[in-house]
Amino acid sequence: MKILVSVKRVIDYNVKVRVKADNTEVDLSNVKMSMNPFCEIAVEEAIRLKEKGVASEVVVVSVGSKTCQETLRTALALGADRAIQVETEDGLDSLSVAKLLAKVAQEEAADIIIMGKQAIDSDNNQTGQMVAALLDYPQATFASEILVENGEAQVMREIDGGLQTLAITLPAVITTDLRLNEPRFASLPNIMKAKRKPLEVKTPADLGVEVGSNVSVISVTPPPERAGGIKVGSVAELVDKLKNEAKVVS
Amino acid sequence: MSVLVIAEHDNKSLKPATLNTVTAATQIDADVHILIAGHECQAVAEQASQVAGVTKVMVADNAVYEHQLAENVSKLIVEVAEGYEHILAPATTTGKNTLPRVAALLNVAQLSDVIKVESADTFVRPIYAGNAIATVKTTDSVKVLTVRATGFDAAASEGGSAERQALSQVIASDRSRFVKEQLAESDRPELTAANVIISGGRGMGNGDNFKLLEGVADKLGAAIGASRAAVDAGFVPNDLQVGQTGKTVAPDLYIAVGISGAIQHLAGMKDSKVIVAINKDEDAPIFQVADYGLVADLFEAVPELENSL
Repeated sequence: MKILVSVKRVIDYNVKVRVKADNTEVDLSNVKMSMNPFCEIAVEEAIRLKEKGVASEVVVVSVGSKTCQETLRTALALGADRAIQVETEDGLDSLSVAKLLAKVAQEEAADIIIMGKQAIDSDNNQTGQMVAALLDYPQATFASEILVENGEAQVMREIDGGLQTLAITLPAVITTDLRLNEPRFASLPNIMKAKRKPLEVKTPADLGVEVGSNVSVISVTPPPERAGGIKVGSVAELVDKLKNEAKVVS
Repeated sequence: MSVLVIAEHDNKSLKPATLNTVTAATQIDADVHILIAGHECQAVAEQASQVAGVTKVMVADNAVYEHQLAENVSKLIVEVAEGYEHILAPATTTGKNTLPRVAALLNVAQLSDVIKVESADTFVRPIYAGNAIATVKTTDSVKVLTVRATGFDAAASEGGSAERQALSQVIASDRSRFVKEQLAESDRPELTAANVIISGGRGMGNGDNFKLLEGVADKLGAAIGASRAAVDAGFVPNDLQVGQTGKTVAPDLYIAVGISGAIQHLAGMKDSKVIVAINKDEDAPIFQVADYGLVADLFEAVPELENSL
């Protein structure tokens, strides 16, 4: 069984983002970039499925400029077998990315496509669902537990009221929630080994996909600043402020 | 041109997030239609037809829609959506699960977590965990949006008198099947709809200590929430999580207890009207957004707070 995992290179989750002064976009120059945390979890899950003998090959794919090869190398160091970079500009919208990933999944004849539930930059939470729709595959989003047997995946999903378990027939798309697993760290020998693993570069034209978007960003602004608050000295003072100043407690 | 809203419900009642979504819809066009896909959900249809601003309620009542599996519902929406220029759903786990599938089937982009309607084609949404606000314009023929409930007031749940229409389409995928559900039970208000929320973080120490928050929650009629650290540590179930990866809330009063205030947590609560932080670390980032901060040991301050309310 072959598993395809998509990974995205995003601003590191610890970085406090700054909006450019001209309000056109977030300033990404000289900031630390990393693999999207949800994608790390996807890679980890695929590798665990391989270690359990469920999967025979784990292929990682990333859509973006040449810099995303670093992210692919990271995934290879974690245990993926080979990588595919789809060379495009960075920041394509979800639908274009989904079309490219769907095509790669088809070419690779992947049995399971594992993706993060959302990227922490665009916060869209769309691509996995779109890939599933384009391929007419079943989907299990926000997974916190995956069990693969008999051509089927039983997936526990995190939903608003609690948890839900679905059974989906493979091939299928699964998107990961944070509690699915705890990703491992890459060891130095594995990082060295990853440099020799195959990394193939494809273009949208190779895949026969036309990318583009009807959505344009008009402006990106910082969120409204909260006025600085005060520190109170005691619980009594706090309750008094809440009752008489903020009037949120009666 | 009418706007189509996909209802959030549990087959018994209409969920409040639907009402906020109706408000967003009325800002696009006054004529709002609701689609309810479910099983034995006539009570939901009844409630939906009374929502102010809604003119038509379409009900697909069939066992295949009971758990609103994305494979089935997305195709139903695409059939029903013929002729609509806008399709909206609340940005709940159900809406997030289904709507991108609808957008891909229609070959259009989707705008997630919209917090403001500028015009029929221009919308505002947060990115980077709410640390930047993007205004985006779409020229897609159909605009598919999920709506962040806390960005819009709820439409009145009474006063409307929409016509009702039963839909007969039965769309069932044989490749996805519901197995089971474990829902957390609670008598408290729903987290996303509560006026007051008290949340605990890693500083709570363990799950038992969350009981400390219950006394305050009872007195304030508050919902109980948690930070990711508290959920990951197994103190409380994950459906209590507030943050970028959990629920987004904007109550009148948010009390953060033993929560440091990581970016990912702030993304879920910083639009609250009044924020109170109780933390023994006076350098905790939560104090930078808190209107009222109390530097104190929560194990002393929380019982004292309960007693003085």
